[in-house]
Amino acid sequence: MTRKQKRLSVIVAGLAFLGAATGLTFYALGQKASYFYMPADLTTASVQPGQRIRLGGLVEKGTIQRGQGATVAFSVTDMHKSVKVSYTGILPDLFREEQGVITEGAFGPDGVFVADSVLAKHDENYMPKEVADGLKAKGVWQESKSE
Amino acid sequence: MVETGHFALILAFALSLVQMLVPFYGARTGNPRMMAVGGPVAVTGFALTALSFAALATAYASSDFSVASVWENSHSLQPLIYKITGTWGNHEGSMLLWVLILTFFGALVAVFGGNLPATLRANALAVQGAIGATFFLFILTTSNPFARLNPAPIEGRDLNPILQDLGLAIHPPLLYLGYVGFSICFSFSVAALIEGRIDASWARWVRPWTLVAWMFLTGGIAMGSYWAYYELGWGGFWFWDPVENASFMPWLAGTALLHSAIVMEKRSALKIWTLLLAILTFSLSLLGTFLVRSGVLTSVHAFATDPTRGVFILCILTLFIGGSLALFALRASRLTAGGLFHPISREGALVLNNLFLTTATATVLVGTLYPLALEAITGDKISVGAPFFDLTFGPLMLPLLAIVPFGPLLAWKRGDVFAAAQRLMAAFALALAAVLVTALLVDGASVFAALGVGLAVWLVCGALTDLAVKSGAGSVAPAIMLRRFAGLPRSVFGTALAHLGLGLTLLGIVGTMSFGAEKILTVRAGETVELSGHTLRFEGLYPAQGPNYSEDRGRFALLGADGSTASEITSAKRFYPVRQMTTTESGIKTIGFSQLYLSLGDEATDGSVVVRLWWKPLVTLIWGGGLVMMAGAAMSLMDRRLRVGAPSRRRKGTSAVPSASLP
Repeated sequence: MTRKQKRLSVIVAGLAFLGAATGLTFYALGQKASYFYMPADLTTASVQPGQRIRLGGLVEKGTIQRGQGATVAFSVTDMHKSVKVSYTGILPDLFREEQGVITEGAFGPDGVFVADSVLAKHDENYMPKEVADGLKAKGVWQESKSE
Repeated sequence: MVETGHFALILAFALSLVQMLVPFYGARTGNPRMMAVGGPVAVTGFALTALSFAALATAYASSDFSVASVWENSHSLQPLIYKITGTWGNHEGSMLLWVLILTFFGALVAVFGGNLPATLRANALAVQGAIGATFFLFILTTSNPFARLNPAPIEGRDLNPILQDLGLAIHPPLLYLGYVGFSICFSFSVAALIEGRIDASWARWVRPWTLVAWMFLTGGIAMGSYWAYYELGWGGFWFWDPVENASFMPWLAGTALLHSAIVMEKRSALKIWTLLLAILTFSLSLLGTFLVRSGVLTSVHAFATDPTRGVFILCILTLFIGGSLALFALRASRLTAGGLFHPISREGALVLNNLFLTTATATVLVGTLYPLALEAITGDKISVGAPFFDLTFGPLMLPLLAIVPFGPLLAWKRGDVFAAAQRLMAAFALALAAVLVTALLVDGASVFAALGVGLAVWLVCGALTDLAVKSGAGSVAPAIMLRRFAGLPRSVFGTALAHLGLGLTLLGIVGTMSFGAEKILTVRAGETVELSGHTLRFEGLYPAQGPNYSEDRGRFALLGADGSTASEITSAKRFYPVRQMTTTESGIKTIGFSQLYLSLGDEATDGSVVVRLWWKPLVTLIWGGGLVMMAGAAMSLMDRRLRVGAPSRRRKGTSAVPSASLP
């Protein structure tokens, strides 16, 4: 092979490889990325049971119920709608009533959101950005008093 | 002292402007005296930045709450060690650490760069000065660590409790030494482009810097991963969090650079590609700095979100990445192409390595930036996590790992894949045996887990085979072999160690993910729990008092075979009153390479406590492998060939006989 042909074959092989990787990446983005919703969004968006999403909002006051063992039930609200969530595990240290949380999981057939991870803020100034933006969009955001 | 620090910082900024302009102008006009200005200025700039950093550290250590940054991130009751490490546990201080390390590397080039061509040295220092100038300006205008408060508050607001940890003391400096270390490779690349000339000696110059940066970055990432593992109490070692990806991308690109620089040095090929990789690697470091520091991402690293900071860093990013790539586009065609090689050769294997690594970097980049881009364009919020990376990054890494042992056994220019395969027969047999043993003897081992163990054993044995073959195993007497082994170049050991470390890390990952066990349950004092053959008895919760926190310690007794207490594991819920914040201190017991990990949950009303328990087989190998990789890099650095300024041992010159390709 001449130098030119050799270079061409290397480039073609490289491009084919990159093409395959690109295809895989876009397939994975379509399949494996989980969308973020607030409870009120769920009335308009079609979310199938079993589809992985992230659900964010505030922990509704008075809804935290500790069930058997390590299972906890609570409601996530955006002040318009609320969604029941069930979670088995250890809640984050800063999980509290009326604080922002992001839960990740899927709806069960009974309409309860089964979360496999719960994220809360990790210091006192921090509200998950998605939740803050969502609350602002829904007009229920109150600027927290600065210390 | 505080004003001294502030003043030193401003002086350092002024000097960085001098360092940027004078040597550059000198190199253009061929004025040796102007070119020589770069060295002393770089050293002085480093001294001033160090003074400035020392001033800030002193303010932190002495709890000077008249300094805004100290007030926000420190407390008089904090232990002294966390007062000091708090210096870089916040936005302003960590940016100061960033420029401190940048000027440190600049000073190193100035001190050890005596035998560099004068123009290359001048231009590289000028580029280094330009990077410094923009970051000094960034700090002085948007993130001044020395801003005062008047009146001074009596008490500080405490450092974020999860940062009050020794892991934090080590992780950022290591990571920055890595991130910023790549700035040297970048500066040398841009300098080469400015001159329009590049040769093998350029690669010999850049390789040690790449190795140093790569070594520290490896350590920084491993340290960060271990910190997240034990401090966050989630028991995971890698979350594919955008902030983690921000440090992982320069690592992947840097690994590619490390390998392509070898080809360039030994064979004078892949010059343009190596140059581009050096630019990309530091660009990814800058991107990482932007992602972490701008507040685009919410994470433990986003200390404060101030939009002007984000815009400023974005401008720096555009200037350096855009500028260097434009220069590359203009000048790359002037650089001459290098030597020819057959696809099956050491060069070919290294090209393949680069192809896989850069593609993997690209998938991580897409996974990290796509959610940001999508939100900016459509407003949809998505998260891209482990499932995405398992599907994209995983398939790219597996073939790469499988071909790693072949690389060092192939000859330069034209290799023989069958000869290499023959030499790897023993390693392959051992790997196969590992697969079979895992599949047949370990309960619940999936096919993937068995193959993963096999791949890890393949990497480890492949690395050892490389050493054995190069010492002449099988063809010479044991005594001669031993002598040859001792006489092997350090870089050969470096390669073998780094590849071996990779195998160990993989073994740790596969072990933890495939053979681990997890339990979430409620316990009362006196109850016992069983997990993977270990019996734990919950002894109860005991209150305790720390210097700036109070805690409830959950004590667990690990029972021996006879039912007596063999050792104790303690996990605690800590409460920091200043920030009104609770943290979980995980309890970890290391047994061999494996760990028993437990993390305390909330106390229920009936007195029972939620506990999450993990059995993590071989988990310490994940970070241990990282340490071995670092040792490999250190070993390579000690290679006589790379030692900066060391006289060549061979009369023929250093690059003529590639020492790593001894039979």
